[in-house]
Amino acid sequence: MDTAISAKPLLAVLVSLCVVPVLAYSRSPNVREGWTFVAGLLKLLIVASMVPTVLKGNRIEWTIARFLPGADLALRVDPLGMLLALVSSSLWIVTSAYSIGYMRGLKEHSQTRYYCFFALALSATVGVAFSANLLTAYLFYEMLSFATYPLVTHHQDREARISGRKYLAYIVGASIGLVLPAMLVTYQLAGTLEFRSGGILGQVNSHSLLMVLLLLFVFGFAKAAIMPLHAWLPAAMVAPTPVSALLHAVAVVKVGAFCILRVITGIFGRELLLAQHLGVILCIIASFTILTASLIALSQDELKRRLAFSTISQLSYIVLGAALLSPKAMTGGMVHIAMHAFGKITLFFCAGAIYVATGIQKIREMDGIGRRMPITMAAFFIGSLSVIGLPPTGGLFSKWYMALGTLQAHQWVFLVVLLLSSLLNAAYFLPIVYKAFFCPPQEPTFEHTSTEAPIWCLIPLVITASCSIVLFFYPGPFFKLAELAVLK
Amino acid sequence: MNAQMPVLIVVVPLLSAFAIAAAGWFNRRLCMPTAAAALGVATLCTLGLLLRVIQDGEVVYRLGGWAAPWGIVYRVDFLNAPVLVLVAAIALVNLVATSRIVVEEFPGKEGAFYALYVLFVTGLLGMVVTGDAFNLYVLLEIASITGYALIAMGRGRAVLASLNYVFMGTIGACFYLLGIGYLYIMTGSLNMTDIASFLPPLYSSKAVITAFIIIMVGVWLKMALFPLHGWLPNAYTYAPSSVSSLVAPLMTKVMVYVMIRIILTVFTPAFTFRALGLNQAVVWLAVAAIFMGSLMALAQRNLKRMLTYILIAEVGYMVGGAWLGNRAGLTGAVLHILNDGLMTFCLFLAAGNILYRVRGLNMEDLRGLFRKMPFTMGGFVIGALSIIGVPPTCGFFSKWYLILGGIQAGHYGFVVALLFSSLVNLILFFRIIEVGYFEPHSEHRHEGQDHAPSMEEAPVGMVVSLLIVASGLILAGLYAGDIVQRVVNLAIPESIV
Repeated sequence: MDTAISAKPLLAVLVSLCVVPVLAYSRSPNVREGWTFVAGLLKLLIVASMVPTVLKGNRIEWTIARFLPGADLALRVDPLGMLLALVSSSLWIVTSAYSIGYMRGLKEHSQTRYYCFFALALSATVGVAFSANLLTAYLFYEMLSFATYPLVTHHQDREARISGRKYLAYIVGASIGLVLPAMLVTYQLAGTLEFRSGGILGQVNSHSLLMVLLLLFVFGFAKAAIMPLHAWLPAAMVAPTPVSALLHAVAVVKVGAFCILRVITGIFGRELLLAQHLGVILCIIASFTILTASLIALSQDELKRRLAFSTISQLSYIVLGAALLSPKAMTGGMVHIAMHAFGKITLFFCAGAIYVATGIQKIREMDGIGRRMPITMAAFFIGSLSVIGLPPTGGLFSKWYMALGTLQAHQWVFLVVLLLSSLLNAAYFLPIVYKAFFCPPQEPTFEHTSTEAPIWCLIPLVITASCSIVLFFYPGPFFKLAELAVLK
Repeated sequence: MNAQMPVLIVVVPLLSAFAIAAAGWFNRRLCMPTAAAALGVATLCTLGLLLRVIQDGEVVYRLGGWAAPWGIVYRVDFLNAPVLVLVAAIALVNLVATSRIVVEEFPGKEGAFYALYVLFVTGLLGMVVTGDAFNLYVLLEIASITGYALIAMGRGRAVLASLNYVFMGTIGACFYLLGIGYLYIMTGSLNMTDIASFLPPLYSSKAVITAFIIIMVGVWLKMALFPLHGWLPNAYTYAPSSVSSLVAPLMTKVMVYVMIRIILTVFTPAFTFRALGLNQAVVWLAVAAIFMGSLMALAQRNLKRMLTYILIAEVGYMVGGAWLGNRAGLTGAVLHILNDGLMTFCLFLAAGNILYRVRGLNMEDLRGLFRKMPFTMGGFVIGALSIIGVPPTCGFFSKWYLILGGIQAGHYGFVVALLFSSLVNLILFFRIIEVGYFEPHSEHRHEGQDHAPSMEEAPVGMVVSLLIVASGLILAGLYAGDIVQRVVNLAIPESIV
C-alpha cells in the first residue's frame, strides 16, 4: 500500500467552497446555475480521478494545517471515504438540476443564498469523507451542521424557525455535548485521533470506559438519527425538497452514519470491539431504531415525513451492518450508503415533483396520481423497491450482504430484524404505489390536467431511478471499495 | 533602533498623547492620524519583538541603563510578546475602524478622546512589557484612570457606571499595591525576577502568603472574576461603541496576563501550585464564574450586555485553566488570552457596526439584520462560532486545551462547566441569529416578493475592519498548532507538565 501526497482531496473540498462568491455575485440566475454545474462537474471529476489510485489499494494524503500533536487538519482518501465522496458529489449534480426545476417551479425566494449554502454543504460533506482523523472529521461535521441551517430554514417562517431550532439543538448540541468530550478523552488516552485500521484505543482495557466512549460517539453523531436523537430529521422536512433529498437522504445523514463507521473501524477497531463484546450493544440500539422508525413510518400521512422515518430506519441499517463486525455485514453496511442514497433520493425527488405539479403533500390525497404523473410514480416504484431491497434494484445487494453477515457473525436475531424491517418497508411504500396506479382519483380534475412536473424535475428522478437499476447489474465498483475498506 | 524597541512600545504612544491633546486645540483633523501613527509604530515594534523573541529568546531592556534591582527593567519573553502584539494590533485596528463613529459621537472632543485612547493603550502595553512589579502598578493606574474617563464619555448612565468602576477599580489597584508593599518589606526588591529569587525560603511566611492573596484579589477585581464582577456589565454596556470595543477585549485579558505573570514569574509554580494548596478552590471559583456568567448572559435582552456577561464567563475559563496547574490548562489559558481578545473584539466591533445603523441593541432592534447588514452579520456569526468553540475558529483550540487540562487534572467540574458554557453560548448566539434572520415574521415568500428592508450596511471602513478581524479568527485557528508549539509552549516553565 503506497501513500501519495497530493492536493487533489483538498481541491475536491475547495471547488464548491470557492464557487460560493461567484454564485453570490452572479448576474443572472442562469449564470448562477451554470456555475453550480461547473463546480459540480469539476468536483466529480476530481473525485473520480482518484478512484483508480484507491482501487489499487493506495492512499492519497494532504496535510492542510497543524492543529494538535497527533491530530492535524489532514485529508486522506481511502476506499470508505471515496464511497461517500463519490455518491455525494455525483448526486449533487443531479440535485442541482432538480433544484432548478423545483425552485423556479415554485418561484422560491432567496435562491442565490440557497445555492451558496448548498455548495458549502457539499464541501463539508466531501471534507468529512476525506478526513484523515477524527478532529478533521469533527471540523467538517460542524461546518456541515451550520451550512445546512439556512437551507433547512429556507422559508424563514415560524415553522422553519422552530424546526431550525430543533435541528441545531439536536445536531450541534449532541456534537458539543457528547462527541467533543468523547474526542478529548480519546485523545487523552491514545495521544492521537488518527483513523487507523486497527483502531487507536487498543491499550485501553476498561470495558465500561470503552462502552461509555462508544455510546457518546454513536449518539453524539446525531446526524445518523439513532433513536432517541432522531426528532430533528422529520422536523427538517420543512426544507425545500431538494434539500431534503440531497441532504436529508444522502449527505447530512450519511455523514452521520459515516462518522460512526469511522469510529468503529478507525478509532475502536474491529478486534477491540469483538474482544470487549461492544458490538452487540450497538446492534441492539440500531435494531430498535430500525423497527421503531419503520413502525412510525407506517402511520405517517405526509409523504415527506414518511420518507423521513424511513430514512431514520435505513440509517440504522448502516450502523447495524458495521456493528455486527463480520466482514460481510460491514461490507453490506458500507454499500448501503450508496444503495440507499440512490433509492431514497429518487423517492424524495418524486415527492417534490408531486408537490410542484399538484401541491399535494398528503398520501391520502394521492389516489390515482399515477395516471396523471406516470413517469414520476414509476420512478417512485423503483425507488421503493430499492429501499425495500428487491430486485431489480441495487438495494437488494446491501441487504443481502448484511443478511449474510448476520449469519457470519452467528447473530440470528438480527437476521429476523432485517427481514421484519424489509416487510415493514414494503408495507409503508407499496400501498402508495398501489393507490397511485390502481385507485380512482378523488377529484375528477386529475383526468383533464394530466401533466408531469417541469422537465428539470423529471429528468433527475429518471436518472436516479435508472441508477438504482443499473446498480443492480453493476454494483461492482461500490462493492470493491467497501471490500477494500473492510479488508485493510 | 532595534535594541530600543521594548521602550519605544511605551514611549511613542505616551509622548504622542500630548501631541494629540495639543493638536485638539489647533487642528482636530490631525488627532486621529497622529494616534494611528503612534499605534502603528507601537504595533510594528511589538511584531519585531515577537520575531526577536522567537529567534533569540528573552529580550531584557534596562531603562536608562540602570542595572536590574535598582532600575526598571522591561522584559519580553514568550509569555508577553504575543500579548503585546494582541494589544497593539487591536488598539490600532479599533482606532481605524471606529474613527468615523468618534467624529460623529464626540464632535469637538477628538483631542481629548484620542489622547485618552492612546494613554490607555500606553498603560496596557506598559503593564505587559514591564518586569517591575511597582512599575506595573503605575501603568495599571494610567490604564485604569484613562479607562474610567473613556467609559464616562458615553451617554446616559455611562457616568454612573464609570463611577462604580472607579470605586471598584481603585480598591483593586490598592489591593495590588498593598501586596507589592508586603513583598517589598519581605524581600527589599520590586523587580519581578529579583523578588522571585528571594522568595523560596519565605514560602511559608504568613506575610508572603498574605501578599500573594491580596495581589490576587486585587487582580481578580480588575479582571472581573465572579463574584468581583459587579462593575463590568454596566461599564462596558454604557461605554461608547468605540470605547467598549477597545476596553472590553483588552482590559480583562491584560489582567489575566498579569495574574499568570505573578503566578509564574514573581511567585513560582512551586509556590502557587504546591506550597499554597489553593488550586482546587480557585478552579471551583472559576467554575462558578463560568456558570454564573453563562446563566446571567441568558437573562439579557440587550446584545452588548449579553456580551459583557459572556466576557465574565470567559474570564472564568482563563482563571480556571491557569489554576489547574498543568501544562495543558496553562496552554489553554495563555492561548485563550489571545483568542478571546480577538473574539470579543470581533463581536464588540460587530455590535458597534449594528449600533451605528439601528440605534439600539435590544432584541427587537435586531430584526431583519441579515438582510440589512449581511457583511456585519457574517462577521458576527464567525465571532459567535468562535465563542461557541467551533473549529476551525480559534476559540475551539483554546477550549480544547482547557478541557484537556481539566481532564488531566481530574477536575471534572471545570470540564462540565466549559461544555455547559459552550452549549449556552450556542443558545445565546442562535437566539440573536434567529431574530436577525426570521423576524419580522412573514408568510412563505416567493421570488420577487422580498419587501424586506434593503441593504443598509455600516460604512465600508467599519465593515472591512470587522471582516479582517473575523478572518483573523479563522487564521488564528488554522495556525493554532504553530502558535502553541512556537510560542505558548515556551512561555510555560518546564517544571509544569
